[in-house]
Amino acid sequence: MEPTTKKVIKNRVAFLEKQIPGYVSVAGIVGLLVLWELVCRLNIVPPLFLPAPSAIIMDGWQLISSGELFKNFMASLYRILGGYAIGAVFGILVGLMLGFSKRADAIFTPIVYAIYPIPKIALLPLIILWFGIGEMPKVAIIALGVFFPVLINTFSGVKSVDPILIKAAVTFGSNHVNVIRKVILPGALPTIFAGLKLAAGTALLLLVSAEMIAAQYGIGAMVLHYGNLMITTKLMAGVLILSLLGLLFNRGLQWLERILIPWK
Amino acid sequence: MRIVIDNVEKRFGDAKKKEVTALKNINFSIEEQEFVVLVGPSGCGKSTLLNIVGGLLSPSQGEVYFEGKQDKDPTLGIVFQEIALLPWRTVYQNVIYGLEERGASKKECQEIGQHYIDMVGLTGFEKAYPKQLSGGMKQRAGIARALAVEPDLLLMDEPFSALDAQTRTIMQEELLTIWNRTKLSTLYVTHNIQEAVYLADRVIVLSRHPGEIKEIIKIDLPRMGRDQEKYRQQFERYSDQIWNLIRHDAQAAIKEA
Ligand SMILES: Nc1ncnc2c1ncn2[C@@H]1O[C@H](COP(=O)(O)OP(=O)(O)O)[C@@H](O)[C@H]1O
Ligand SMILES: [Mg+2]
Repeated sequence: MEPTTKKVIKNRVAFLEKQIPGYVSVAGIVGLLVLWELVCRLNIVPPLFLPAPSAIIMDGWQLISSGELFKNFMASLYRILGGYAIGAVFGILVGLMLGFSKRADAIFTPIVYAIYPIPKIALLPLIILWFGIGEMPKVAIIALGVFFPVLINTFSGVKSVDPILIKAAVTFGSNHVNVIRKVILPGALPTIFAGLKLAAGTALLLLVSAEMIAAQYGIGAMVLHYGNLMITTKLMAGVLILSLLGLLFNRGLQWLERILIPWK
Repeated sequence: MRIVIDNVEKRFGDAKKKEVTALKNINFSIEEQEFVVLVGPSGCGKSTLLNIVGGLLSPSQGEVYFEGKQDKDPTLGIVFQEIALLPWRTVYQNVIYGLEERGASKKECQEIGQHYIDMVGLTGFEKAYPKQLSGGMKQRAGIARALAVEPDLLLMDEPFSALDAQTRTIMQEELLTIWNRTKLSTLYVTHNIQEAVYLADRVIVLSRHPGEIKEIIKIDLPRMGRDQEKYRQQFERYSDQIWNLIRHDAQAAIKEA
């Protein structure tokens, strides 16, 4: 008699569903910090070039307790939130308009594409001439940098809405305004969010650049200031705050996306 | 109200400036509470005609109009082949879309919406998004949305063609039951001959190139229960008659595609 063999068929794509526990990501960051600290403690890199995390935290604490960090942080926060909000709102509105009206599309789209590739920071001197040296030029430059990617994404989102949905809405009595409000806007929302996330990076970049060029307060100005004084611990504290700001921005957008796009 | 399709013709200009006549000399009417089915091989212009009647396409010639004593604008309900539910609206929100656009109150929407959701058998799924439903359930929602506006004319373009055969059979039966309760004037498009004989008061057979009416066949069977054994012979006879009318065109359509 032949021996019976048993061959179990295993799921060969189990790796697609593999669950990794949350602490693994935390361990990654902690590992990096430990490594960094070690490199500095062992004097492999001089502290002026790369201060240790512990030193950054100590000097960072000074910045916090003196209120200096908070003052600079708030100045930056106002600029970036203001500029981002203005740029995003106008970007979405104009994008919807260009996407919906063939005439507006024909007139404005070439103009948009001509202005889009200009690095917006190049316009800062001009904008300072227009608005003076207050908060306005910084907010305006961020708004401008946010406006274009949001507009272009909104536009392509509108174009990607399935025409059958528009036909269905019109059939069931929607006028143009409601077609935009109830069909085109939600249909374009996922693409709009892609634009909003893209613009968040641009906004941060422009914020820091503008503050380094022309500001008294703000994280960018603070980083530049301590760079000039060669106090790299405080410089790094500023950089970490920027990383935190970017992270916060991203999380905020993710949260908003989950709330606004529950059907995905 | 009665719907008249008066001498409708549709030409499409294609990329090379060559004109294709999709529809020609289309004349018929849909009486009040009548269920008219359009059959024909693929590409004969069924969807084109339905879109013209539904106000989603303009005819090159002729017109479509409602004839009746009422003065109000006629309402249309369309059930799309692609289903076309808004992905960001729940079943309930999709079903009441037309009511909402007509300015119905929240309470009205709630009552009418629930009534038709129950009628199509979607009770309990009001809060589900389309993505969470099976194909058959999506199309039930599509039908409820069209019924909810209580249209003067119900248009359906191959509503069940994306469904599997079993679901389709069940949906056909349910559609008949629903139709019997609402008795809406209906124009229904299909390429399925059995479906046509099963549902129609009259079957309009279209030919291709150009799409013209080949014949209008009145189905003299009781509305309900045509699939019973005792009507088997008559049912087959109607089916054969229609098949013989479109066989040649259907073969030509295959060769072209
Ligand atoms: N937008 C269009 N442009 C050009 N030709 C079209 C267009 N829509 C339909 N046609 C042509 O008209 C004919 C009828 O199409 P259609 O109404 O979709 O057929 P059916 O629904 O019966 O399958 C086909 O030959 C098709 O190629
Ligand atoms: Mg079709």
